[in-house]
Amino acid sequence: MPESQPNGRDSLDPAWLLGLYREMLRIRAVEEEIAARYSEQEMRCPVHLSIGQEATAVGACQALRPDDQILSSHRCHGHYLAKGGDLKAMMAEIHGKAAGCCGGRGGSMHLFDLKAGVLASVPIVSSSVPLAVGAALAFQQRGEDRVALAFLGDGSLEEGVFHESANLAAVMKLPAVFFVENNLYAVYTHLRGRQPDRPMTEIARAYAMPARHVDGNDVTAVHAATVEAVSRARAGGGPSLVIADTYRWREHCGPNYDNDLGYRGPEEFEVWKGRCPVGAFGADLKARGLLGDDEETRMNRQIAAEIDAAFAFAREAPFPDPASAGDGVYA
Amino acid sequence: MPERLLSAAEAIREAQDQAMAADRRVFVIGEGVADPKGVFGTTLGRVEKYGPGRVVETPLSENAFTGVAIGSALMGQRPILVHQRVEFALLAMEQMVGNAAKAHYVSNGAHCVPLVIRLIIGRGWGQGPQHSQSLEALFAYIPGLKLVMPATPADAKGMLLAAIADDNPVVFMEHRWIHYATGHVPEASAPTPLDGPRRRRDGDDVTLVATSYMVFEAVQAADALAGEGVGVDLFDLRVARPLVLDAVVQSVRRTGRLVIVDTGWQAFGIGAEIAARVTESCFGALKAAPRRIGLPAHPTPSSPMLAKAYYPSSEAIAETAGSLAGLEKNRVAKVRETIARNRNDVPFDIPHPSFRGPF
Repeated sequence: MPESQPNGRDSLDPAWLLGLYREMLRIRAVEEEIAARYSEQEMRCPVHLSIGQEATAVGACQALRPDDQILSSHRCHGHYLAKGGDLKAMMAEIHGKAAGCCGGRGGSMHLFDLKAGVLASVPIVSSSVPLAVGAALAFQQRGEDRVALAFLGDGSLEEGVFHESANLAAVMKLPAVFFVENNLYAVYTHLRGRQPDRPMTEIARAYAMPARHVDGNDVTAVHAATVEAVSRARAGGGPSLVIADTYRWREHCGPNYDNDLGYRGPEEFEVWKGRCPVGAFGADLKARGLLGDDEETRMNRQIAAEIDAAFAFAREAPFPDPASAGDGVYA
Repeated sequence: MPERLLSAAEAIREAQDQAMAADRRVFVIGEGVADPKGVFGTTLGRVEKYGPGRVVETPLSENAFTGVAIGSALMGQRPILVHQRVEFALLAMEQMVGNAAKAHYVSNGAHCVPLVIRLIIGRGWGQGPQHSQSLEALFAYIPGLKLVMPATPADAKGMLLAAIADDNPVVFMEHRWIHYATGHVPEASAPTPLDGPRRRRDGDDVTLVATSYMVFEAVQAADALAGEGVGVDLFDLRVARPLVLDAVVQSVRRTGRLVIVDTGWQAFGIGAEIAARVTESCFGALKAAPRRIGLPAHPTPSSPMLAKAYYPSSEAIAETAGSLAGLEKNRVAKVRETIARNRNDVPFDIPHPSFRGPF
């Protein structure tokens, strides 16, 4: 069973808990807005929304320092924002504008922010995993106490390069964290058809690294497990594996729900939707008397204003010069 | 002071050593870099000098350690990655093509990948289908990668230094038989610009462009043709991407004839690209259709009986270039005899002593 820890929240700083909640609300609201506006066809690139997976992004990134680096995948919006990536640059990128973080060259699947420590996002499954290990190698070579964290999905565990990277990082005791968001599906294919029935944490034993299995919809449990992995890496103890169970609410790629396709049942979907990482955490904070309705309304209003401003910025920003498409192939 | 003679393998080792001594960010990574053979001697003794943190012996994980090298480069390190056979790089194409070649472009210039990927092409002694392929065209196809193919020891050193200093991913292809070639190599750590072809022989009758080891075969052909009064303007291509052909086009405007000989398969190869570009640039100056010399369209067989005709010889180059320049058949035959006589009875599947230079 995955670890969760709502009962352990008593000792945590209320202001920090509210910050976690606000960040999850913000990521949810950004992606809901992308979904709502997607049909306007102003965002002319694929989008892989992480609605339902906000606790993994926020919990894990809260365990990192600003100068630590994360690597992400095609589903990178939440990771990018949770690590401190610039929202305006992200929205401009999805709109294909020159002010986008990639200048319109990458689109939604290639978000990065050097200042925030979002080193790169790569849409080929597991492709960014060795990049994280390489960043960790650079830290080790230079004697820096920084950590590189790779966000990967359950499907990544089926890729050879994940196993190569885990083995290499373990042998060289590199300061890396392999953070797996297990959302059960590779596009439409369920985990049970792709991997044998065993705890994913057992994979770590092959590489003599510790592993933790957490409820990926419990932001403080995610945070606690990641802190442990990050501390170990930072202290020179080598890599760790974190498995966080979560669920993607919408279609693999695009703004819609796709339960009509029949690849997953309505019961399963409703169970996970009932375990909403944002809603459950907000309810817990309210039950503890840490969050009032007024405070929540104020948060939502501020977030909505920020998102409106980011969309306005993205829509009004100029496109890149078409003649520049061939620039910058070489440094 | 007398000039030093080094083999290309020694020159490559010296270039890496000087770069590592000068810049702490430079490190070597690969399978066998710290072992007792040191990648054909080219990394020998470096782990003792710089330690395992900078001469990184890796698990057998080509795609991962290529990604690791790229990740470290994104963080400002300057890795030199090496595969003892080019075939191992096929396991790492995903990282090379997806990440190394695109990081600078996709990041709109924010990222650089100062990475050198040394790939060694095998040849001879029956190494067969998966230990002796010349796959340079695969890498030349990818925008964002540079592709360097030195022939001479001086270039092996100078161009490797330039590749290490370059902020782009540079594929540095070393034909195993150029490792043996000797030449004058400056002691100083002086990069040779990755700027395009160099003329190796002068002539007015036919332009010959050769790559890597085939430069040595082409030199034999050019010298023998000169004996029969055919002037060969011979270029060593050196850099296949970015491909700079101004000097070659100028030469073809003068000679009207072009022959390309490269180490890879003829079909879809580097020779095809050169022929197309030169033709587009100076069609009117051509007196004959350009000719390509390359490998036949089948895998490299192992048996000496099957492999004998696989590699184009200097005789074949001389025949193609001589005929194109209008040399009579009997004089072409004489050129072939001269080359064969120089070759003596040295088996075809080991490097000929005369190819050791200096050139």
